[in-house]
Amino acid sequence: MKKLMLSSVLGVAALAIAGSASSAATLDDVKAKGFVQCGVSQGLPGFSNPDADGNWSGLDVDFCRAVAAAIFGDGDAVKFTPLSAKERFTALQSGETDLLSRNTTWTMSRDTQLGLNFAGVNYYDGQGFMIRTEMGINSALELSGASICTNTGTTTELNVADYFRANNMEYELVAFEKADEVVAAYDAGRCDVYTTDASGLYAQRLKLTNPGEHKVLPEIISKEPLGPVVRQGDDQWFNIVKWVHIATVNAEELGITSANVDEMMGGDNPSVKRLLGVEGEFGAGIGLENDWAAKVIKAVGNYGEIFDRNVGPDTPLGIARGVNALWTKGGLMYGPPIR
Amino acid sequence: MAVSEAPPSGPQSADTGAPKVALLNNPEIRGWLFQIILAVLIAYLALQGWMNMNANLQAAGIASGWAFMGNNAGFAISQSLIEYSQASSTYGRVYIVGLLNTIAVAFVGIILATIIGFIVGVARLSKNWLVSRLATVYVESLRNVPLLLQIFIWYFGVLRLLPQPRDGFDFGPLGLLNNRGYFAPKPVWGEGAGYAFYAFIIGCVVAWAIGRWAYRRQMQTGQTFPSFLVGLGIIVFLPLVVFLAMGAPLTWDIPEMGGFRPRGGMTIIPEYIAMLVALSTYTASFIAEIVRAGILAVNRGQTEAANALGLRSGPTLRLVIVPQAMRIIIPPLTSQYLNLTKNSSLAVAIAYPELTSVFAGTALNQTGQAVEIILLTMLTYLAISLLTSLFMNWYNNRVALVER
Repeated sequence: MKKLMLSSVLGVAALAIAGSASSAATLDDVKAKGFVQCGVSQGLPGFSNPDADGNWSGLDVDFCRAVAAAIFGDGDAVKFTPLSAKERFTALQSGETDLLSRNTTWTMSRDTQLGLNFAGVNYYDGQGFMIRTEMGINSALELSGASICTNTGTTTELNVADYFRANNMEYELVAFEKADEVVAAYDAGRCDVYTTDASGLYAQRLKLTNPGEHKVLPEIISKEPLGPVVRQGDDQWFNIVKWVHIATVNAEELGITSANVDEMMGGDNPSVKRLLGVEGEFGAGIGLENDWAAKVIKAVGNYGEIFDRNVGPDTPLGIARGVNALWTKGGLMYGPPIR
Repeated sequence: MAVSEAPPSGPQSADTGAPKVALLNNPEIRGWLFQIILAVLIAYLALQGWMNMNANLQAAGIASGWAFMGNNAGFAISQSLIEYSQASSTYGRVYIVGLLNTIAVAFVGIILATIIGFIVGVARLSKNWLVSRLATVYVESLRNVPLLLQIFIWYFGVLRLLPQPRDGFDFGPLGLLNNRGYFAPKPVWGEGAGYAFYAFIIGCVVAWAIGRWAYRRQMQTGQTFPSFLVGLGIIVFLPLVVFLAMGAPLTWDIPEMGGFRPRGGMTIIPEYIAMLVALSTYTASFIAEIVRAGILAVNRGQTEAANALGLRSGPTLRLVIVPQAMRIIIPPLTSQYLNLTKNSSLAVAIAYPELTSVFAGTALNQTGQAVEIILLTMLTYLAISLLTSLFMNWYNNRVALVER
């Protein structure tokens, strides 16, 4: 009895402590444990995907590495938590991960009602439809009555609903928890259509039995700005994550690559000097060293390098830059100045 | 806190005669005291946890409350036993749809599992070598493979076996079968069909009364009466006669192939079939063992006594062995029913839209109100389980040994 009481009292104490610790500075926690705990997908080629040896790669994974490099100077100081679409926000809210970099769409309700903040957009995506070529369908407007496979807990579910309602069409939704089962069920013919973000369609198509027999329809039915997410209430951490992304975009604009970053440090361009920490005290403002951005570029390269390495035209996904090109080249990638 | 719990010891507990024990040393009062302290502590712990959670939710800026239940859900659900429209139904409606889908798979699953379980359990005791070995193989292979894997095997097995809608089986008036599900004809009741339904209820009551009468007569005179067959006849023929007399007011909505999949009729989606088969065959393997244990626990002398009275093996099993075995079977059977109901939440893996999938899954993600939704989902499973237990306990009391 006495022991039980004692443990109950300890339990209350632990609970009270846990309550007060939840809003402590994430940067201090991360520095103390020595790595960034990053929430990623359970396997989406090009964005976050583990190889046979468990090494993660992809655009979202490189973002996690960039944040780790900014803090520790080491892009490998990251631990990855594979999360389903359903689990992702709870994992971040509860502090299980420091950062969520999991092809997550920035929407108003997610930004304002979940206690989370979106720290920018590192991939502009839109929802599309994939269908068997033999069906002879060329437009999403011909899909009335189709069975549609997708993931639960995503914006895609709602977008499909809106699109079909707006166009007065019927559909049957078959929603799975994990992307692997969605692909397997679509491959087995349970559904006529597989819908998710267009980037995801190209990525998942590689997993099908005969990728050549499927095509992506031309309609893009939604705006899906994908970006990293942090918990609300820790502005310092929010700033770090936000500016790590901006640094990779500005580096591309300024022509700084992982290969020439040391050389550029010695150059005369003041914008480059400020970005790489040769001039100014910009690192101090976010609690990091002044060469934080130089470390990021050394570890993962600029945005263009990250894009080309993971999803670009020379990868199996073969996605063109499109709207993800720099603003100077007709795209949407635009980094506020560092000054 | 740590001070008050220490039982005082020392001079005041000195022995001063039997009735004059110090209040704190009175075992009954002491027992009460500790119980109260523990109860207060637990309540305090729960209250602290609750307040802490609320404070954290507020600090993190996470929305809370139940207002979301009235909001428009806006997503489609592939199977719904009640009217549901993605355009106008609320999250509250989503909850009910999910709950009904859970019950649909759990209730039918329990019935199927019981039937298969009893057959296999009796078969394991069969004197026929082949039958008993087959039953053993069934039990050992199904109960030793994780349920989730079995669900996947059934689901993707069903999907691969069935053809695409365009090359699907067409049974004419009996409906269509393809990998989008079984599209059955849907009965559309016309005017006057209600009378046939009333006749069915009257038939049931009459059959029940005949059963009671036959039982009492057998107790008194020993004469048997084929009450089962007569009752069945009344239940079937009375409504049939009324139905025909009303001019057979029934038409069928027969599904027809549409652009992508059949339209009209009633649809049984492959996810439901896979889930039902996986749950019932898996649970049946446990029930079979429970049934076997129950039958083996009935003393062999009971069989011999029944044989000595001249009962054949059928009535011996039905009237002597099984009623006694039931007393042993019912309590563990109840846990299997509860297991089956809770295991139905695995359906989220194969897109069967039950409570965990649509409410604790999609609705949770759209609204982000994890605490409310998970709490309600847990309470729902708790309520279903308690109701099942309540019913089974009532039944157990009915069949319990009445000592005379």
